[in-house]
Amino acid sequence: MRVVVLGVGNILMSDEGVGVHAVTALAERYAVPDEVEIIDGGTSGMDCLDRIAEADLLVIADCMRSKDKAPGTITRLADDEINAWFNTKISPHQVGLSDVLAACCFHGISPKRVVLLGVQPQSFETCMELTPPVAAVLPDLLERLVAEVAAMGVSLTKKAA
Amino acid sequence: MSQRITIDPITRIEGHLRIDVEVDNGKVSKAWSSGQMWRGVELILLGRDPRDAWAITQRICGVCTTVHAITSVRAVENALNLEVPVNAQFIRNMIASAHALHDHIVHFYHLSALDWVDVVSALQADPAKTAQLAETLSDWGMNSKQVMAQTQEKLKAFVGTGQLGPFTNGYWGHPAMKLPPEVNLLAVAHYLQALEAQRHANKIVTILGSKSPHIQNLAVGGVANPIDTNSQSNLTIERLLAVKEHIDALSEFTRKVYLPDVCAVGAFYADWTKIGKGVTNYISTPDFPIDSKGTQFLVPGGHVPDGDLAQYKPFTQFGDKYLHDGVEESVKHAWYEYSKPGPLHPYEGETKPHYTDFQDEGKYSWLKAPTFYGKRAQVGPLANVLCGLAAGHQPTVTYATEALNRVSTLVGSKVGPEILHSTIGRHAARAVRACVMTEVLAQNWSMLIENIGKGDKATFNKPVFPKGEIRGFGMHEAPRGLLSHWTVIKDGKIANYQCVVPSTWNAGPRDETDVIGPYEASLMDNPIANPDQPLEVLRTVHSFDPCLACAVHVHDEEKGQVVQVKAV
Repeated sequence: MRVVVLGVGNILMSDEGVGVHAVTALAERYAVPDEVEIIDGGTSGMDCLDRIAEADLLVIADCMRSKDKAPGTITRLADDEINAWFNTKISPHQVGLSDVLAACCFHGISPKRVVLLGVQPQSFETCMELTPPVAAVLPDLLERLVAEVAAMGVSLTKKAA
Repeated sequence: MSQRITIDPITRIEGHLRIDVEVDNGKVSKAWSSGQMWRGVELILLGRDPRDAWAITQRICGVCTTVHAITSVRAVENALNLEVPVNAQFIRNMIASAHALHDHIVHFYHLSALDWVDVVSALQADPAKTAQLAETLSDWGMNSKQVMAQTQEKLKAFVGTGQLGPFTNGYWGHPAMKLPPEVNLLAVAHYLQALEAQRHANKIVTILGSKSPHIQNLAVGGVANPIDTNSQSNLTIERLLAVKEHIDALSEFTRKVYLPDVCAVGAFYADWTKIGKGVTNYISTPDFPIDSKGTQFLVPGGHVPDGDLAQYKPFTQFGDKYLHDGVEESVKHAWYEYSKPGPLHPYEGETKPHYTDFQDEGKYSWLKAPTFYGKRAQVGPLANVLCGLAAGHQPTVTYATEALNRVSTLVGSKVGPEILHSTIGRHAARAVRACVMTEVLAQNWSMLIENIGKGDKATFNKPVFPKGEIRGFGMHEAPRGLLSHWTVIKDGKIANYQCVVPSTWNAGPRDETDVIGPYEASLMDNPIANPDQPLEVLRTVHSFDPCLACAVHVHDEEKGQVVQVKAV
């Protein structure tokens, strides 16, 4: 069993970095067993290919902008929904996370399951802090990340305060 | 009647780059390059401890993480006049050259090869003929008929899933696609193998940098890797031997696959050696220092005015005065305002936003327009290779000669370095530089081992910040070209910080005297076969390896239309 929790985003742009803040907090606050790897992916793409390849579960924490949702709303997408999501024709060739997943698929080394937890942002201002509505859901996001991992029968336990 | 084409965004990963061109009679007659995202990272750094700046600046960009980190510590060291133990130089050099290889390989195979390679056409190829063709290019062991047949099977299955991923929105069947099916299949096979190759580069960065994508081991004054040949948690001989295996694998791929592929693609698209020249005033920085002061380098750099190698003037050391005195940035056409008129030197640089709409004749970009002694300059591997040729740098001369000979053989007539000033030439120069990087990587590995063998295990000199004001700048020949960070430090805190990044040099807007920038200049007269599918614009812009230094990584539900075409 190999589970990867990947936080992506840019911590210099406020809520854009929520995924990175989430996995950093996760690594600090929880005891992480050997079968789980937590990665601060930042805004990189291909650098992460090695480690997400052939994982039994890949959980991605990210910022996700959708219409008509309040800042801090957490949206969950899984497996096929993510493929459809990533198939958007945003740019002709982008080597972002979407392409890493597509490259894994082409290679036949896709993670077996993929879950994306996305938080609706309020601001992309240039600063290193989250906005209050997004910061407020961080504990909730952590619990949901832990729950996704637990669904695979792997438990992350809170470290003693 | 002319048409206006707007491509926005041209690449998503490193922030938004928008390109506008006007097309007259099938050719580009006007061009605008616009950074669409405000980059205020400099402001985040004000008042902070200079020792922390590198960890923050490596978050500027998702692709160029380590290069900003290295340039930042060099800027602070330059301000302090702080020497760096040679072990630390070697370790940094290995991280930087491995990173450059990663970047160059990923850029060619995963970002821009699709501008030239028709993936769908590869399904029509004959695997046996593809293998025969490959054998004429090199003795790479992964070019067999079986490999080509397997690649085709994988491609069929992948296309069958309907999830084209990286191949979505490719311009399949576009009239400007010229490669025969066999060459397309070969490129797809090597696309897959490049995924393996880039892992070796990534492993090197991870082992030496303690973590990737964001390295953890840098420090102002050296690196934080304690060298201990016995302890498992430190940089051991065992780990260094693992690094050597990755270096060898990377070198083989670069020399036997990447360079030959670029030459083959270039030969099939020989007309593109006459397109995309643009600005021929080139600057690049010497790099890979092998002494503690930063005065001796493994790869030279400097200034090549008007593309004339005879006029080459080298930069000779960190803090080089000729480089230092020549740089200014204009905001006449950028969405900023300065407190005084005219362009400013980076130490005096200001970061005050002043947004207007996109104004063709006024302000239209979040990038400033840098100049070198008042003139626009092109940066990147091409600039670096030209400096290497001018300086007689042996590895550069060797691989550039090999590349030109390969192209000459394929096209059946002798070609010289003049073809490098072009869209396809920028790709060729990048492949040449990648080969040079494999040598730099191996050399630094040997020097590190040798130096440790002598008993020198120093990796860090402690910085001490004086009272009062000091200034310094760091320079690095990053994968996209000359990168510099400029800092003013007052009483141990950052009082000003300006990053002049490669894409600012290349993608910047019109300058103080309304002269167009390198992207814009290189697009002039590009042919456009079909304004609805402006593949030719992408080819030229991608040849620079575009990277706007602010990473946006949002999953956006609202899909924008990528290409807009309107009559003007």
